[in-house]
Amino acid sequence: MSTMREIKRRIRSVENTKKITSAQKMVAAAKLRRAQEAAESARPYAEKMREVINSLAQGTKSNHPMLVSRPIQKTGYLIITSDRGLCGGYNANLLRMLEKVLKERHQSKDDYVLFVIGRKGLTYLSKKGYPVLSSVTGLSDSPSFGDIKEIASQAVSYFEQEKYDELYLVYNQFINPVVQRPVDKRILPLDSKELEKEKKGPSAAYEFEPSQEEVLAEILPRYAESLVYSALMDAKASEFAAKMTAMTSATDNATELIEQLTLEYNKARQAAITQEISEIVAGANALQ
Amino acid sequence: MSRMQLDIVTPEKIVYSKEVEMIITRAANGDIGILPQHAPLVSPLKITAVRVKKDGEEEQIAVSGGFLEVRPDKVTILAQAAELPGEIDVERAERAKARAEERLANKEGDQIRAEMALRRALNRLEVAKTLKK
Repeated sequence: MSTMREIKRRIRSVENTKKITSAQKMVAAAKLRRAQEAAESARPYAEKMREVINSLAQGTKSNHPMLVSRPIQKTGYLIITSDRGLCGGYNANLLRMLEKVLKERHQSKDDYVLFVIGRKGLTYLSKKGYPVLSSVTGLSDSPSFGDIKEIASQAVSYFEQEKYDELYLVYNQFINPVVQRPVDKRILPLDSKELEKEKKGPSAAYEFEPSQEEVLAEILPRYAESLVYSALMDAKASEFAAKMTAMTSATDNATELIEQLTLEYNKARQAAITQEISEIVAGANALQ
Repeated sequence: MSRMQLDIVTPEKIVYSKEVEMIITRAANGDIGILPQHAPLVSPLKITAVRVKKDGEEEQIAVSGGFLEVRPDKVTILAQAAELPGEIDVERAERAKARAEERLANKEGDQIRAEMALRRALNRLEVAKTLKK
């Protein structure tokens, strides 16, 4: 009899888990939609900026440090992970790729520094003793530019100060709601070829105030920051997509488990009834 | 009166997009007024209000640093943050102002940052005032 009660208890517990996962799934779906919208509305800013930089960079053979590749001695990485779990392999895949990349590219831990966004990445990387320079955790689900401005401008200004010679972004790229791919993308030095590729139509001959160099010096860091921001938007969309997938399959698994347990429960119940009947019959026979 | 398109864009969204008659704001080299058919120009903006004239009315938008791109028929402002008077959180700006003033008075923390924060807060408060009139 006790097995019956145990099975019943398990069914109830799995049912509760299922309630949670299916709620999480719906929440993730709603947040994914919002994240995608936010990523969409972040686009005009970056595009406009690229347009201006394009016309700026064309005019001069600029030697702004952010456009020039230096010999690489030290590298900066900005890693975007999530604060919370329950999103499948989202963080694990990213961190695995990061560790592989770091091992391939660098001989010692002095050759690079890390900037981390998200609690999951921070706990993991600092526990493993990676050189984490700065971090941001507890971002909202639809982060504003202000939330990450500090870490972004810090990462960019360290490059300007030549504390490292290139800067990579490591995050989960959003391909579609079922596919997210961990990528590492170099954002600094800015690739002038990449900028030119996007060019459309003839650019106007601008006047610059106070001077072309000064405008360029102002605008390039802003552009790099906006790249970080759009990567973050992408990563957020990926996070919710991954969460949605993970929660969908968790809910499915729970349903399946409940079915199995119910079957087991019915079997146990039936066995108990059969046993009771045979006991009664045996008892009646003994009296005769 | 001829008009030009004004777009104010932040990393988060397009804050303002309308046809206007005149724009007055503060660029790197001082105050600047822009009418349609202005020569192409790019300049950084200060933390300032952007005043927009249209149909005899004037609107103000608080801009916290950024860029101004002018073309004859189109002006784009790329700002890190920009708010219409109705969107400004006055209480938050007041708090930011008080905090920044305290920091400056006690000479604690990063003075330049406190100065910038104070300027942003004052700018927001100034622009927010235009709503009540």
